[in-house]
Amino acid sequence: MSGQFQRLADQDRQPVDLTIDGTAIQALEGDTLLTAILLHRDHLRQSEFGDGARGGFCLMGACQDCWVSAADGSRLRACTTYVVQGMSIVTAPEAGA
Amino acid sequence: MTARVLIVGAGPAGLRAAEMLVEHGIRPILVDEAPRIGGQIYRLPPNVPGFQRSANQLYGFDAPKAHALYQRFAQLQEQVDYLPNCLVYDVIDNRAQIRGPETAESIDFDALILATGAMDRMVPFTGWTLPGIYSLGGAQIALKHQGCAIGSSIVFAGTGPLLFLVAYQYARAGAQIAAVINSAPRSAMLSQALKLAAMPTVLAKGLHYLNWLRQHKIRVLHGWRPMRATGDCHLSLLEFISDRGDTLEVDCDAAAFGYGLKPETQLADLAGAHFAFDPLNRQWLPQTDPYGRATDRPGLYLAGDGAGILGADAAELRGKLAAAAVLSDHGLGFDGFDPNAALRQMQRWQRYRQALELAFPFPDDCAADIGDEVMLCRCEAVTAGDFRGVCGQLGARDLNRAKAYCRLGMGRCQGRLCGPAAAEIMAAELGVSIDSVGRLRGQAPVKPVPVSALAATVGTATGEAAE
Repeated sequence: MSGQFQRLADQDRQPVDLTIDGTAIQALEGDTLLTAILLHRDHLRQSEFGDGARGGFCLMGACQDCWVSAADGSRLRACTTYVVQGMSIVTAPEAGA
Repeated sequence: MTARVLIVGAGPAGLRAAEMLVEHGIRPILVDEAPRIGGQIYRLPPNVPGFQRSANQLYGFDAPKAHALYQRFAQLQEQVDYLPNCLVYDVIDNRAQIRGPETAESIDFDALILATGAMDRMVPFTGWTLPGIYSLGGAQIALKHQGCAIGSSIVFAGTGPLLFLVAYQYARAGAQIAAVINSAPRSAMLSQALKLAAMPTVLAKGLHYLNWLRQHKIRVLHGWRPMRATGDCHLSLLEFISDRGDTLEVDCDAAAFGYGLKPETQLADLAGAHFAFDPLNRQWLPQTDPYGRATDRPGLYLAGDGAGILGADAAELRGKLAAAAVLSDHGLGFDGFDPNAALRQMQRWQRYRQALELAFPFPDDCAADIGDEVMLCRCEAVTAGDFRGVCGQLGARDLNRAKAYCRLGMGRCQGRLCGPAAAEIMAAELGVSIDSVGRLRGQAPVKPVPVSALAATVGTATGEAAE
């Protein structure tokens, strides 16, 4: 499926390349990780409890329902983390979780 | 030596508090989680080239207020120790624990002004965790901060002034709106018309949003509550129920909802504020005097919506009032500020808030709507049924006991989302009043912090103690 979010304004920005679950995508400078991911697909991550996909919720750093992982294992809150050239992100639950 | 004043939050309340302190000889420390000032209400787009919308496009009628705050802070910034991108995650006595992007540190203070703001208040329904569903505030941030709509066919639901405002902003920006569905009956708004007219410009803005939606043939309904979201791993249909039990289905691929706002009170709790149940907000609020001095907790001051929802205009005043209290408590004057006029204006805002709460009433009978299958706690995947079982069978009679039994509110958000609905369910289950089930207590860290940061802070603290 196509992306959940739709761009409406401020589209003339520098492109930023990153990888989401192994797929190369292009975002724009100033996009949050949540925005970048949801422009390309219809969900953000899977719930750790096996109850389905999640798409983030509050977008203001309060609900904590948008945590993803960087390739080095560090945890990132997708709604308050901005994209950086060359980022590699894993949204699936970690092995064994 | 002047007082060491720490302000948490760079929204309207925190910024006006900082201004007032600087104007009277104090250099405050202003800590804010966001990279730029403004809080949620006057949030700026990221500071990179290509975000070109004007203040008018971003903030509409409120652009002059946003602009005035930015300009004033630009003038004062050299006289403030401003720490953006920093989270205050704990307060112990007169020391705040702070986590920045690279650092963790402790800051000792003589006075702490908490201007922590608010978030949407939620009532969950079946399927509300499906991707595509957001809070009203979240939908507004997607547009304001990122220039994005949350979907391509959007329903706005719940109630509160934000409902019509966000729908209007989305429509103006060119988004496709499937419907705007107020959970409160139209009669609730009409019943408060006279009282709302006491703030004519605020009322005029609200009416403008509604009229604009109507003129542009956007479907606006009143008296329907969201009941069920369905879709194959993704929202595709929202079902509503009316007060009479009729149902309504709306096709959509995104939805935003909320029921007014909820103060962010975790830090006030950790800092030692006393709380009391406020029947109007139907929430527990930190107790203060009219200036914002915390009751029986010297050195703690509260300002803005974090001390009870009164809105952004009132927040600016409350920031000044809290700063005036700090100055006064340190033997300093505050020339040029008339606290009595500010306090009178505050009373007007409080009367106005009463009318707003009645015009957009929180559905205080919502417990009956929340079926056992509803995911009540998103963080720990606790259903309403799981939670009801704990209320009944294990004898938990307050929220904190129930939390220990079933993990509701124990997850990463600390009950910010599930707390209000859980209180309603527990009160209904036990047949007691909402205030008797208590409130979920704040815990440090108030938001997730890497263990390495906690270890670093402990190191700092012991290091200092050893000196």
